[in-house]
Amino acid sequence: MTVKFTLNGIAVTAKSDADTPLLWVIRDELGLTGTKFGCGAGLCGACTVHLGGQAIRACQTPLSTVDGKDIRTVESLSKDNSHPLQKAWIAHQVPQCGYCQSGQLMSAAALLATNHQPSDADIDSAMNGNICRCGTYNRIRAAIKDAAAEMRASA
Amino acid sequence: MNAPVTASVIGVASAHESAELHVSGRATYIDDLPEPHGTLQVALGLSSIAHGHLRVLDLSAVRAAPGVVAVLTGADIAHNRSGAIIADEPILVDDLIQFHGQPLFAVAALTRAQARAAVRLARVEVETLPAILSVAEARAAQHFVLPPVTLARGAAEAALQSAPHRLSGQLAQGGQEHFYLEGQVCLAQPREQDTLHLWCSTQHPTEMQHLVGHVLGWSAHQVSVECRRMGGAFGGKESQSAQWACIAALLAVRTGRPVKLRLDRDDDMRATGKRHPFLSQWQVGFDDHGQILGLQVELASDCGFSADLSGPVNDRALCHVDNAYFLDAVQIRSLRCKTHTVSHTAFRGFGGPQGMLVIETVLDDIARHLQLDPFDVRCRNFYAETAGAGRDTTPYGMTVEDNLAPALFAQLVQDANYRARRAAVAAFNQGGGPLRKGIALTPVKFGISFNATHYNQAGALVHVYADGTVLVSHGGTEMGQGLYTKIRQVVAHEFGLPLDKVRLSATDTTRVPNTSATAASSGTDLNGKAAQAAARKILQRLAQVAAGLCGADPAAVRFEGGRVRAQGTQTLDSGFAELTAQAYRARVQLWDSGFYATPKIHFDPVTKTGRPFFYFAYGAACTEVAIDTLTGETRVLRVDILHDAGRSLNPAIDIGQIEGGFVQGMGWLTSEQLCWRADGALATHAPSTYKIPTATDVPQAFHVQLYAHDNREDTIHRSKAVGEPPFMLALSVFSAIRAAVAAAVPGLQPIALDAPATPEAVVRALGGLERTDPDAVGRP
Repeated sequence: MTVKFTLNGIAVTAKSDADTPLLWVIRDELGLTGTKFGCGAGLCGACTVHLGGQAIRACQTPLSTVDGKDIRTVESLSKDNSHPLQKAWIAHQVPQCGYCQSGQLMSAAALLATNHQPSDADIDSAMNGNICRCGTYNRIRAAIKDAAAEMRASA
Repeated sequence: MNAPVTASVIGVASAHESAELHVSGRATYIDDLPEPHGTLQVALGLSSIAHGHLRVLDLSAVRAAPGVVAVLTGADIAHNRSGAIIADEPILVDDLIQFHGQPLFAVAALTRAQARAAVRLARVEVETLPAILSVAEARAAQHFVLPPVTLARGAAEAALQSAPHRLSGQLAQGGQEHFYLEGQVCLAQPREQDTLHLWCSTQHPTEMQHLVGHVLGWSAHQVSVECRRMGGAFGGKESQSAQWACIAALLAVRTGRPVKLRLDRDDDMRATGKRHPFLSQWQVGFDDHGQILGLQVELASDCGFSADLSGPVNDRALCHVDNAYFLDAVQIRSLRCKTHTVSHTAFRGFGGPQGMLVIETVLDDIARHLQLDPFDVRCRNFYAETAGAGRDTTPYGMTVEDNLAPALFAQLVQDANYRARRAAVAAFNQGGGPLRKGIALTPVKFGISFNATHYNQAGALVHVYADGTVLVSHGGTEMGQGLYTKIRQVVAHEFGLPLDKVRLSATDTTRVPNTSATAASSGTDLNGKAAQAAARKILQRLAQVAAGLCGADPAAVRFEGGRVRAQGTQTLDSGFAELTAQAYRARVQLWDSGFYATPKIHFDPVTKTGRPFFYFAYGAACTEVAIDTLTGETRVLRVDILHDAGRSLNPAIDIGQIEGGFVQGMGWLTSEQLCWRADGALATHAPSTYKIPTATDVPQAFHVQLYAHDNREDTIHRSKAVGEPPFMLALSVFSAIRAAVAAAVPGLQPIALDAPATPEAVVRALGGLERTDPDAVGRP
């Protein structure tokens, strides 16, 4: 079977088996490797993408469930690192090893899409499913606040 | 001839050299590389018993399964013994199974799904043998991977007997899963004339090169290993990455095709080693002021089934029981216990945390016994602040010449307002209710250099191209610690160039050979000096060229801000690129290598004495916690850290290492509990059951300051290593939790709190749970 959906705004057709996790469709079949494999069980957040604007774990999302849906990955944030979150991430020097960061950014982007003034509790709640083994949580929190401020200012 | 530091990129919080890539998803990790045509995917068959003989391994159905191209067993491997130091590990089991999860066979298929499906078709028959699953059992049975070692000075027994006060205790410390977000992964590609190239996530490309060569029966020059970056490692890709490379290499050579082996997360957690669990016993004698007069410690570690790096890990534990304290009469015995579990390995701190937690526990208990402030007891036991007048020599015979612990303590006790907050905590605890608070201020003194002297060397290769741009190769690997960023700063500084003129190449054994693991926090110390040495050779030649152009003394040529200036008979003010173009045309060598061997160090591996460390890195942390005495839950409320990174090369990176190290140490001591079932299976093989700190666990009040102080030793720009030492700042968390437990049960002695201080452990320490847990016999 084939599954049609939009990936970062572009119509795509995937031919993988219907139960293939979306993560592998994005990475192996469609060739976008910004989204990472961490645990394969929806527990670490490295594979976070957006489905209809919501943060989901691509490693636990079967291809069949995204038929006709809008999927966005880290590559969709901007072409030139101009998204307020990307700018704040660089300014706060968030990434260490970097491997979890695309998932962190996508969870943060989903939060800011609906909440332009997140409290610490809002941030912790939205980001709680994303493990960073390097322990960059303080800087993630600070970067999200800065990005939110920029988005409010330009809204 | 190099530019003054004030005008340079040294000490600047420049961005991580991959920052732009990290935030856009374009940073390439091994699994992101385009796979060569025809790449096979590997799945592993793992043991489902902890100890026994492999009697039947019938893989006929596996071989016949769809997509399967090759199957590999231990019997297929001519040189099936490997290991970081001692070759006591099979790549694949050929007879004796020694832990639950040990790899028995490997399947290469066209797709990963086919490989995984085929693995399940294996028919395995085993003869089960009794298994030793805990350090306590192994200790009782005297079951060791390596002989016991004793480090002693003075007459500890006599000092204990004559001391006015004596206490004893036991401390169980759990292990820790690395949980590098990027799991173990390797891509092996056969190349012409019996050569093989491997792209691997590894801290130790050279060791991998040699071990792959060994299992293939090949020489080093036939195998090359490349690593641009890792998605985390923390010690878990020092020795532990080689086995997967060996399997991929064997299958690649056998099939003549590229082979990728990427471990599934739960296979990774089952089949790769972790931080060593320790079970420690101690006796201490002390005076009325809390000064230690005699100390006896036994450190029994769970090494798992093989030696791996357990020798040096336990040596480092031995050499860190003193932490920042002078121990006059001391005897420390180290037991390297063999269990039928995965072989435990390097993990940030490398045995240091386990040794140091013992002495911090001892000092807390002394203070409680004497009803003194633990801060004062710690200060009383510090090494002398200046060397030469006694109380300055470690148990292993090294003089502490650079003691910053007293100064750090004196500053942090003020900055964190410790005294007033300790009184406030006591007042809070007087108020009753289910919550209790604790506060603790603990120091870190961590020895920098590999204990084994010969590892303390590094090489680098610097190319200056005729257009004035620079490419640096060195032996270190980037795992997120910022090594490449710092090396770039070092080289840019030498040439007086902006950072964007200097790039780092992937670490590759074809460019820099015979490298040491990027470990022991030494990556920048070693490779930074090597890169600087290479750059300075080129700079000498460029200075000669510049001097020739204007009739100046070469020593007077200045390289600053991308320009070259000198005043001789004429004035020279040239762009760097113009000079390199002229130098090229003048047939001047514009590339060179550099080498560095750490000076001053020596260590006798038999007597365990010498000067193993070039210097010490220091730190101190003040942590306040609350515990819920009904549920055992803990919360870190506030932490204040003062840390010594010498003259920091990059404060943003160093503070990031400090924050991250603390969080990781906090996880080890609070929530990260490894449980093995009665059959030896790891029960906690996924983040569902193994709790790693997340955003909600990090204290809201988290204050980090660098203690700005030049390294007294001649390190790269007087900086200090910063990868591991901050991990042990988290000992303050455990100390504070023990203080809160003590406050909850007045008169409780001993405070029998195991690490990690999970809710169950806290409730047990409070006396609310029996010490039985039938599902978790593997706990010490």
